[in-house]
Parts: sequence; C-alpha cells; structure tokens
Amino acid sequence: MIQSFLQYLHSNVTPGEAGNLLWIVIYVLLVFGGVSVGVIFMNWFERKVMAHMQVRIGPMRVGPHGLLQPIADALKLIIKEDLMPETADKLVFWFAPVCVVMTAFCSFIVVPFGRSHAITDMNIGVLFMLGVSSLGVLGVIMAGWASNSHYSLMGSLRSGAQMVSYETAMCMAVVSAVMMTSMAAGGGTLSMIQIVQSQQQQHVWFAFSFFPVGLIAMLVFTVAMVAETNRAPFDLPEAESELVAGFMTEYSGFRWSLFFLGEYTSMMAVSSIATTLWLGGWLRPFPNLLSGANWDLAFSVVPGLTFIGLGGFCFYTYKRMPKLSNMRAQSVGLAIFGAFLALLGVFMLLGPVRSRVQDVFWFISKVAFFMYLYVWARTTFPRYRFDQLMKIGWKVLLPISIAVVIATALIGVRHELLALVWR
Amino acid sequence: MMSDKGFYDPTELLEVEPGKTFLDSSELVLNMGPQHPSTHGVLRVILKLDGEKVNGLECVIGYLHRGIEKIGENRTWVQYAPYVDRFDYTAAVCNNLGYCLAVEKLLNVEVPKRGQYLRVILAELCRLASHQLWLGTHVLDIGAVTPLFYAFRDRETILNIFEKYCGARLTTHSFRIGGCRWDAYPGMEQEILRACDELVKQIDEYGDLVTGNRIWQQRTKNVGILTAQDCVDFAITGPVLRGSGVRWDLRKAQPYSSYEDFEFDIPIGQNGDTLDRYLVRVEEMRQSIRIVRQAAQGLPEGPIIAKVPKVIKPPAGEVYVSTEAPKGEMGYFLVSDGSAQPYRVRVRPPSFINLQSLEKMAKGTLVADVVAVIGTLDIVLGEVDR
Repeated sequence: MIQSFLQYLHSNVTPGEAGNLLWIVIYVLLVFGGVSVGVIFMNWFERKVMAHMQVRIGPMRVGPHGLLQPIADALKLIIKEDLMPETADKLVFWFAPVCVVMTAFCSFIVVPFGRSHAITDMNIGVLFMLGVSSLGVLGVIMAGWASNSHYSLMGSLRSGAQMVSYETAMCMAVVSAVMMTSMAAGGGTLSMIQIVQSQQQQHVWFAFSFFPVGLIAMLVFTVAMVAETNRAPFDLPEAESELVAGFMTEYSGFRWSLFFLGEYTSMMAVSSIATTLWLGGWLRPFPNLLSGANWDLAFSVVPGLTFIGLGGFCFYTYKRMPKLSNMRAQSVGLAIFGAFLALLGVFMLLGPVRSRVQDVFWFISKVAFFMYLYVWARTTFPRYRFDQLMKIGWKVLLPISIAVVIATALIGVRHELLALVWR
Repeated sequence: MMSDKGFYDPTELLEVEPGKTFLDSSELVLNMGPQHPSTHGVLRVILKLDGEKVNGLECVIGYLHRGIEKIGENRTWVQYAPYVDRFDYTAAVCNNLGYCLAVEKLLNVEVPKRGQYLRVILAELCRLASHQLWLGTHVLDIGAVTPLFYAFRDRETILNIFEKYCGARLTTHSFRIGGCRWDAYPGMEQEILRACDELVKQIDEYGDLVTGNRIWQQRTKNVGILTAQDCVDFAITGPVLRGSGVRWDLRKAQPYSSYEDFEFDIPIGQNGDTLDRYLVRVEEMRQSIRIVRQAAQGLPEGPIIAKVPKVIKPPAGEVYVSTEAPKGEMGYFLVSDGSAQPYRVRVRPPSFINLQSLEKMAKGTLVADVVAVIGTLDIVLGEVDR
C-alpha cells in the first residue's frame, strides 16, 4: 500500500487515471477542503474589496484585518436555531440546500488544477461540468417551492428562467473554445486536461487565438457565467430590494449558509471553466512571448516569492499597527500569520515542491482574477430588470455567441475554404 | 388555507372557471411591507401580479401614525415646535421653518434679516442632506450598493455643521417662533463655504458613478411616467412635479424668508420619468449649494430673533403657510382661538399627496419598477402617516 502510495508521486497523471483509490480519496479531501477554504477566503475578500470601494474599511475586529471574521460568521450561523416554516414542504425544504451544495462541489471533480492535480480526467469533462453545475437550479427551484412563500416562489421562478436563458449562450461560447482545440495535433477534445494541453501545444491561450474571436467568446462566457450564478448585476433571484432575499427568504442558520457555500462554490466552478477554456488553465503567463528554460525557471519561483512578499506585507502592516495593549493579540496574530506565509513561500521555493505547486498557483491566480471581476461588478452596477435580463440573454448574447461559433469554424477551415475558392 | 398535505397548495385557492384548468388563472398576490427593505419605512403595498407584471396595486398606510397633529392641540405654540421636526425626519429644518413662518404670520411678526438668512442657509443644507439620503436609498433600491455609502459620507459634512450649530444632527429644532435660537458660531460661514466646495465635487462624483451608467439609464428611462396634467390632477408638488416639466417652486412663486434675495434656477425635466426626476433632484442639489453660498457670503449683521412675548398667544384666526420642503409643498394650516394652545393644526404633507400617484405610475409595469417608483417619489413615512 505504501508502495502504491509512493509510486503515484512519480507518475504524472491524475489519481483517477492511475486508478489509485488512496490518492483519489486524498485528492477529494484536498480539493473539497481547499474549495471550502476558498469560499471562506472569498467571503472575507469580497467584504474587504467592497468596503474599500465604498469608502469604509470592512471587518477589522475579529483577527488581524478581520481575517477570522468569516469563521466567526460561520460559527454563528451553525449555532443558530434551525427554523423551518410550519407550512413548508419539510423534505424538499431540507433537500434544496443539500442539492445546491452537492452539485456545486461535484463539478470540481474534473477541474484541472495542474496536469496531475485533478481528481480525475473525463473525456467529456466540460460537458460534465456544465451539466452538473446547471443542476444547481433544481435546488433553487425546490427551495422556492418548498418555502411556501411568494417571495421565494418568484425568486426561484426568476432563477429558473434566467439559468435556462443564459445556459444557451454559455454553451455556444464553450463550443467555440472546444472547436479551437481541434487545431492541435490529436484533434478536438472535451476533456478539461486535454483542452489545456491543446493550448500548450498551440502556444496560445484560447482567449487570444483567432483574435478577436476567442476574446469575444470569453467575454460572452464571462457575462453568462455571472448571470448563471445569480450574481450582481444579474442577481434578480435574490434581489434584496424587491424580493427580500428571493428563494432564500425563509432560510436561516446552517441551511442558509449551505446556500451561501453553494453559491460561492459554483462561482468558483464556472470561473475554473473560464480559466481552463480561455486562460490556459494551469499554464504560466506568456508561454510564447517569454519561452525557454530560463523563463520557465524564473516563472516557477514566482509562487514562492509571492508568498514571501505577502508575508513581508503582513510584517509591514504589523509595524504600522498602533501599539495598544488591547490590539496586542491582533498585531501578534498578524505577525505570526506573516511568518507562516513567508515560511510557506520558502517551502515553495524548494525544487520538488516548486514544480508541483506552480501549476496550482497559476490556476488559482486566474480563478481569483474572475472572482475579483465578480466583486467589482457587484459594487459598480445597478441591477437589471427581468425583461432586460431576458433581452440581453436571448437577443444580445445568443446571437453573438452563435456568430462566434460560426466565425471559429470558418477561420478554422480557412485554408480548405481558400483552396475551394481558388480552385 | 392549508391542505391535508400539510403545506400550501395554491391550486386549492384559485377559483377555477369551468372549462379552464388551474394553470389558466394565475394572479399572485404579493404583500410588500410593512417590513420590507425598500418601502422606505413602513409602507405596505399589496401587489396583484401576473408573473412579473403588476396588474393592480394597493397602498396601505398608517403603520407610523403617531397622532402628531392631534398632539398639537394639547401643547402650547412653543412646545409644539419640536414635534414638527418629526414629520419628515430627514428634513427636520424645513418642517420647522414652515411651522415658524405660519405662527409668525398669525402673530404678525417680521423676522430680522440675519435670522432669515440663517434660516435659508440651514434649510438649504437640509435640502441637500435630504436629497443625499434619497439618492443613496433610491440607487440602492435599483441595485447599486456603492453610491449609498458615498451619499452618507457626504451627508455627514452637513450633519456636522448642524451639530456644531445647535447640538443636534437629525431633528435639530434650531428655529424659534420669531427667528433663530442660536447665532452663527464663529467661523460658520467659512466652514459652510468650504463644505460647499467639497459638496460640488462630491455631486460630480455621484454623476460619474450613477448618471452615465447604462444599466441605470435603462432602469429609469420611461419608468413611472407622469405627465404634467397627471401631476396637476394629483396635486403633486416638489421635484416630482418639476420632473414632469412644470416650473413651479414656492421659493420663486411666493418667496418667503428672503428667498427673493438669492439667484437660483428651477431645474425641470421633460418626460416626467424616473430618470428626469433623478436629474432634477441632482440639479436641485447644485442650486441649493448656490443659494447657501450666496447666503453665507452675504450674511447681514444684526439681531437673529424678533421681539416676541414670552407666552405666545396669537390673536384668534386661521392661517395657511406653505414652504418648499425637499419633498414638495409643506403646508401648515393653523387655527388659533386666542389661547396659548393651537385650536387645530393641520399639515399638508408632500409625501402623502405624492404617494397617491404610486398606483398610476406602477400599474402595468414590472415588480422591479414598483420599487424604483417608490424610490423616485422620495416618501418619508413619518410624514405620510404623521
């Protein structure tokens, strides 16, 4: 057993492909634990970014710069009284948040954090992700129905209509990227890992290939994914100024936090799809511009240096903190956190660790970029009205995405086309 | 109505006509409020919905009724003055101004020029603060979170001036019958002029954030249209009336408290939709700054309060005085029987009368528009219910 455990470390495939059950379990725990930590961090990050955009400072009290605030919130939500409306459909009410969280987490099975850092690789990876993540709407509709409240019902109806409308445009954009993979040797593929490898072979991220077709496809996908995950400015299902909290109106405590978890997890899931399809997944930036072994080495130390830099920044803020007796735990905590980050950074600079960690680092950075876009859009835009939302989905995004698919196809076969014309 | 299944089964509630299934009749009654994030207090709106479309709408008010008008009959003229602050609590100074002017008209007292100018300064600052609060909440209703914080940050500048002047921030009660209670504190003019410079920049900032935003324009354009005739029919006043293109402002039409000394324009809209009302209010904020600047620069010397008796006993009679409050025409109808207490106090609250147009504006629109329309009317429930 130990032998098979160690043997896997030298292989360069995902545990699912290797058929190594032990490592599959470890990866499942790692990915799901990592995603949960990501949601917690995202909560803090969103509140902080929003706060600074809104001329305030956000959570500051629990932990240094409010770093432990999401944990305190989660604890509060868990120990809250478990309320269920008397007129609710008990079973469906219970199952709805579970359904949302389950589907959101399931889609992470095929997300490739690196060449060998995925739970498994499927030859229908993208389809699987789109399919599973859109199952989440079932949970939303169940929640709206089971709550037995008009606000919830309207919220879930909005959500259902919205998800169906934007799914079409989203899938069309995905088709465009999948068609681009067929330009590489070995032909087209739907597997998440092979899509990234195809970008590696073609020495270009699909966002920049067939310029500007790839970029437009990515933009269409980005808009559609914001709508798909019910986030501002498309957050109609939970529009707090109209429907109080939409389908979540009757939910509180732990059940509500499950919805929260599901929402942020699915945000990360669709961001991972966008990263994989258009931003080169785990590939480092500038694969063709700055190529060569030296550049590879230079980019491979970036993760470690980033962490050391973050640790240094923590120390800098620790120095700037006022030396008050009641702030002592906070400032010492920040210093310890900085030291931890810096140590982690040094660890990441070690040769064997470096080569394994850098893929994950680039992937997460790219996902973080999309997550930042989410927060940015939320603070900037007012909310769309329902008819406008539908209009954008069907009359703007869908035609654009269909045009993108056709353009991709035409450019892809342009040599054959030219040959036909000239003959 | 509960079914045996233990949960609400909507099919049982609907009256199904013969030959139709329950799918054919589908009117949904949605009760918004009195506890709702965007009804600005405790307004209750009952919506009859067909999907997202609003087929009918009914307003239920009275959840904030405190009987302030009746209280007036049991207080002396002076004692009642702080109560009027609580009508429209976002613009307490303007309420107070109207009441004081009405009692002064009963007493036939002329306020000294310096007192009048101080009143104008405070009332216009209060209009600014009220419009800032409206801006933040109205934009929040339409889904933009950020402008709220900017508006509240800037409102703080004005509230700090109030606090320095009279000690209170919200319900100031800074005016007395016959003039003002306090003279300007040292350096008040300079501070106000400085605040005006800042406010101009901040209003530009709201413009950058909101006015040009495509989604904002789509959400407000052609939403809740009121024609000029509608406004006159409903007796609507204030920015809502001006948004529909009627150039009517009591500060110009029947100047009070030295408003005739100041130069300012009355902004008007053209289509009478939510966007026009937004633009009118933003422009009004700029005009208010103009007035405040002129008043602060030209603040005359002299007494701030006229000679009024200790115990105020106006001669028997009745009077109606109206002023231009941030929400519209704020009118006071006072009846005196010659005693130290009012015989009757009747208020013409702009919010209450403007709220009538809600049904006209919201019928046939979508749920999201109802919220936008409530926001654009700029109602304060303290004034609607009294």
